[in-house]
Amino acid sequence: MSSEVRFTDFKSDKQPTWCPGCGDFGTMNGMMKALANTGNDPDNTFIVAGIGCSGKIGTYMHSYALHGVHGRALPVGTGVKLANPELEVMVAGGDGDGYSIGAGHFVHAVRRNIDMSYIVMDNRIYGLTKGQFSPTSREDFETATSPEGPKQQPINPLALAMAAGGTFIAQSFASDAQRHTELVQQAIEHDGFGFVNVFSPCVTFNDVDTYDYFRDSIVDLEETDHDAGDYDQAKERILDREKEYQGILYQDEHSVPYEQRHGVDANMSEIPDGAPEGAMDLVREFY
Amino acid sequence: MTEELNWAIGGEAGDGIDSTGKIFAQALSRAGRHVFTSKDFASRIRGGYTAYKIRTSVDRVQSVVDRLDILIALTQRTVEENMDELHDGSIIIYDGERTMMEDFEAPEGMIGLSVPLKRLAEDAGGAIMRNIVALGAAAAVADFPIENLDESLQKRFGDKGEQIVENNKQAARLGQEYVEEHYELDDYDYHLECTDNDYVLLNGDEAIGMGAIAAGCRFYAGYPITPATDVMEYLSGRIEQYGGHVVQAEDELSAINLALGAARAGARSMTATSGPGIDLMAETFGLVSTSETPLVVANIMRSGPSTGMPTKQEQGDLNMMLYGSHGESERFIVAPTTVSECFWKTVEAFNLAEKYQLPVYLTADLSLAVTEQTFEPDTFDMDQVEIDRGNLITDEGEVEAWTDEQGRFQPHADTPDGVSPRTIPGVADGAHMTTGLEHDELGRRTEDTDMRVKQVQKRQRKVETAQQEETWDYREFGDPDADTLVISWGSNEGAMLEAMEFLDEEIRFISVPYIFPRPDLTDAVAAAEDVIVVECNATGQFADLVEHDTLTRVNRVTKYNGVRYKADELADEIQNALTESTEVTA
Repeated sequence: MSSEVRFTDFKSDKQPTWCPGCGDFGTMNGMMKALANTGNDPDNTFIVAGIGCSGKIGTYMHSYALHGVHGRALPVGTGVKLANPELEVMVAGGDGDGYSIGAGHFVHAVRRNIDMSYIVMDNRIYGLTKGQFSPTSREDFETATSPEGPKQQPINPLALAMAAGGTFIAQSFASDAQRHTELVQQAIEHDGFGFVNVFSPCVTFNDVDTYDYFRDSIVDLEETDHDAGDYDQAKERILDREKEYQGILYQDEHSVPYEQRHGVDANMSEIPDGAPEGAMDLVREFY
Repeated sequence: MTEELNWAIGGEAGDGIDSTGKIFAQALSRAGRHVFTSKDFASRIRGGYTAYKIRTSVDRVQSVVDRLDILIALTQRTVEENMDELHDGSIIIYDGERTMMEDFEAPEGMIGLSVPLKRLAEDAGGAIMRNIVALGAAAAVADFPIENLDESLQKRFGDKGEQIVENNKQAARLGQEYVEEHYELDDYDYHLECTDNDYVLLNGDEAIGMGAIAAGCRFYAGYPITPATDVMEYLSGRIEQYGGHVVQAEDELSAINLALGAARAGARSMTATSGPGIDLMAETFGLVSTSETPLVVANIMRSGPSTGMPTKQEQGDLNMMLYGSHGESERFIVAPTTVSECFWKTVEAFNLAEKYQLPVYLTADLSLAVTEQTFEPDTFDMDQVEIDRGNLITDEGEVEAWTDEQGRFQPHADTPDGVSPRTIPGVADGAHMTTGLEHDELGRRTEDTDMRVKQVQKRQRKVETAQQEETWDYREFGDPDADTLVISWGSNEGAMLEAMEFLDEEIRFISVPYIFPRPDLTDAVAAAEDVIVVECNATGQFADLVEHDTLTRVNRVTKYNGVRYKADELADEIQNALTESTEVTA
């Protein structure tokens, strides 16, 4: 089936309710294309979606999918992948889901290095609850709950991933369809946890981090001499908060995913219709 | 000659109390004696007071009693903590050469045996073996053949090398010889008879872990918490041999979501925790229920609320398990009453979860979880394990029967019995959405009022089907025609069974292993003059349910000081309740 799969096979018949112009349209298109380009089909793909505007993505795509509890998408994806490593698992959510309520899971998912991808639609605002600051909002960004700005440092998700031992750390821009698709595809192909922070502008509640802002400020690493395999270079760029980079910031070519390190390779859904062979040995241990 | 022996070793945490007790318990079990153990322990690594207690007999034992015959006391506090259980003639073994025990004198009527535990251990190869010297001394006092200790010493120390094993055997013999040389053993009325019976010795947590593997559980995620950690420790290193995996999660929020993910992928999946973890899991528990995902959540109860008394007994989470998580969500609650039932009810919990596609709480109280008990090995006959995966579709040919007119699979199809078809990723043409939002038959979000009602009714209908199709029975003991009916749940069963031997009154005793759905007790309650519900919490949470079901007031016998019921103590409580009841009637 794989050779015949088109990216539209990953599209459901539900019409998105995102605001016209929302960055999540572009993010989703790139994800569907990347999944098709890597030879996956909806029946062997599992999408886990977070909560928030971006979390609706699972409904607009067609695959096996779960839209769960706010902030817990990564543990669900991890469980799916370990139970059946043959599946393609992609987790998608927003900056609130991933870096606020789910921040604890983010660092542990990164350090576990499960062979799955994590796409974060980062719009630097809470959209679904109508405009409160998010963990990536600027320090002086005025919102309904921060009349004078949040007055706290925005999280640097790339640095968080690097500190947690990330093996694939990338950033893309939803509006740059080709590059975004390429980067998601590379995240899928990476042997380990492929993390892409996507600038996915909110056209309704964020008038600072806009399409124009990103278009003007993005530096594509393809157009620099950046070496993603060079940890020190990656560190320097990731910690540089003056610039908005697009591309693979860091990739560990020697990455070995968790499943391989633990020898997890079975499809756990397949079990005998009685106790497993040799189970009486378990009883004898208690002599 | 006394056939039964109540023995204990006590000292500070870090003194090796637990492993010493376990060695003796295993030796007794291997010698064909029944064993029932209990632990007094504190949530600390060093200091305080901790004890390991063993009740042993050639007959089956299923409770602790308020009695200690032989006590190895490494500290004075050990004696003070157990004054209620010690009696005239109790033997206290201690090291009179130890600075802190120099001034110790056995309380009046008791026999103090001073044994130079440390000095003899050094003679055998190291002071660390002083507990083993004490075991040898205790074996001599109890007239228990010393060679019976050898096999369990081998099991405990085998991986440390043959020399260490030999040193320990020697230490035990030095303890034995010292007592034989310095004290008149004929004065002590003990003789621990050995039999040819082969027993296995395990606790409730281990039985749950073993039951999970037997039931085909392949994925476990959990976060360490007393007293549920033993389940995870049991599975770690074992489940892998059967193609499974254990993840130690970053917290309980993650643990239940990991387990949920594995379940969505088709694995029989489980997490285990205790009260604080159950609180954290409550939100996802609702998702598991409304998404109709089969999952087993073990709750090994400890004393609450909040951090409460983390190492103490309580059955206080019943209401939380019944009603926890916002909104209304279907779940079953299975509550084994014995260590062996911990195994069988685990198998059953996995079958129920898959047949009815919902979360099943498997709950044991702390006493059940940490109690080690002896059983005939065929109590756990693996050939009797049956797996029922319910309406799981793994053959793509069968998917078509459950698709709509546009060929889309319907994971929440509105069926007559409420149970929908279930398929798992990898099965062609079965791809579908699963969400915590209210959803239609395709699994897509909806706020359509008719569909909302349809789905709520469908989920409730599953429970009604289960109530009719499954056996939600109880375990009954005593005289079925007795005027007095005692009802309990969880680990109280063992204490109550032995309490009945102390009571003059004829008793009908019903032990209930299902909290929801649960057996109908209406007739039993109606037929009794006095109904007493026994449980370890302050308010009588199960008594509330019995009253609700039967519309009859019941007497509540409750205990919430953190210690399990002892058989003789429970007999007194029952007697008091009956006396009070008579006074009220008069």
